[in-house]
Amino acid sequence: MSIFSSKNFKLLTGPLNLQNPVTVQILGICSALAVTVKLKPAIVMGISVTVVTAVSNLVISWMRNYIPPRIRIIVQLVVVATMVILVDQFLRAFVYDVSKQLSVYVGLIITNCIIMGRLEAYAMGNKPWPSFLDGLGNGAGYSMILIAVGFFRELLGSGTLLGYHVIPQSFYNAGYSNNGMMIMPTMALVLVGVIIWIQRSFNKELIEKE
Amino acid sequence: MKNFSNTYIFIFSVVMVVVIALLLSLAAMQLKPFQDKNIEVEKKQNILASIRIKSTPDNAVDLYAKYITDSYVLNNKGEKKDGDAFTVDMKNEISKPAEDRSLPVFVGTLDDGSQAYVVPLRGKGLWGPIWGYMSFQPDMNTIYGTVFDHQGETPGLGAEIATEWFQQPFLGKQIFEDSVQFVSVKVLKGGAPKDSKHAVDAISGGTITSKALEAMLDSCLVQYKTYFLQSRH
Repeated sequence: MSIFSSKNFKLLTGPLNLQNPVTVQILGICSALAVTVKLKPAIVMGISVTVVTAVSNLVISWMRNYIPPRIRIIVQLVVVATMVILVDQFLRAFVYDVSKQLSVYVGLIITNCIIMGRLEAYAMGNKPWPSFLDGLGNGAGYSMILIAVGFFRELLGSGTLLGYHVIPQSFYNAGYSNNGMMIMPTMALVLVGVIIWIQRSFNKELIEKE
Repeated sequence: MKNFSNTYIFIFSVVMVVVIALLLSLAAMQLKPFQDKNIEVEKKQNILASIRIKSTPDNAVDLYAKYITDSYVLNNKGEKKDGDAFTVDMKNEISKPAEDRSLPVFVGTLDDGSQAYVVPLRGKGLWGPIWGYMSFQPDMNTIYGTVFDHQGETPGLGAEIATEWFQQPFLGKQIFEDSVQFVSVKVLKGGAPKDSKHAVDAISGGTITSKALEAMLDSCLVQYKTYFLQSRH
């Protein structure tokens, strides 16, 4: 089996649409609400979650035949927590400003349901390389939604993108004002709902049959 | 699924924990010098920012040596005491009783030869600590510059205390009413009156952090009250 066979390729692309962890499996919603007020933390969070999901999938998959099933959840937690602490320590030592951007969210990665979900559902029963790809794919699917939500919340809520003003002053002079609702977590949920709506109207197979 | 004996599970857990503990402590020890260096540079950058000198992580150490010409530690009666101002950890100091605290002062000499007096601030925000530095003109009353930072305030709301638009209005505000009565600077929800000398606007949606910042200013600056009143010129 080549490293990018069609089956492996599906592992990467599936989570972007039909298997999306956020909009189809409704996992990781909590952090989608918390970090999407601004675009930048959403991007950095997306990257960090992708790294942690991919690497912990890889590690758990290597160990899968030696992990006693009765303590597997604890083993998974230990691996994820170790990864997160290492990522945090490295960020602090070498990219201090990024680490400051992320602050508490690095710790929050541990609680992200997607990571444990992929370990339990995929890495425990599959070989390391496909598991790694599965982690990358799911991380990317998660990041995609986070970035989309962050984009609209920052644009409509603060009139900026990545901190730069993009809505011209003339709009404000003409009576336009930033939507304060967008800053509240509620609107993140509404936006995720809208994305799910759009996605389902393009992919009829996602709609549940009565 | 294979069946594992209890002994195997015990040994597996012990080995896993030991390996991971080793790995993590090794990483922590190896990375500590880099992290400490980052923190020191950041502190220097913050002190420089409070006297309105812009710096990058690369030139902060040099600029600090150039502009910060003196520093000392005070007690809350305004008397100098022993100690290195730079290494005083405000986190420990604010938990001590007022009379035991070490209060650092950094003296910055600006390009035009005038001086600015920098004091550190620290308090509790909504989610974690908030801190900053505030510098005063030689009248020890008018704010020359300020910088605030936080550990984990809500992005877009409380975290705005670290941004330019929030800090800018502090410049020129005064902490003494009629030069004698200590009033600190208030952070007002709904906006400060335009001509107010002792108040700035709070952050919409960030009321708790705004109030926390106001409390931090009050509790930290009041410690220096005696010193400020004695040494104004």
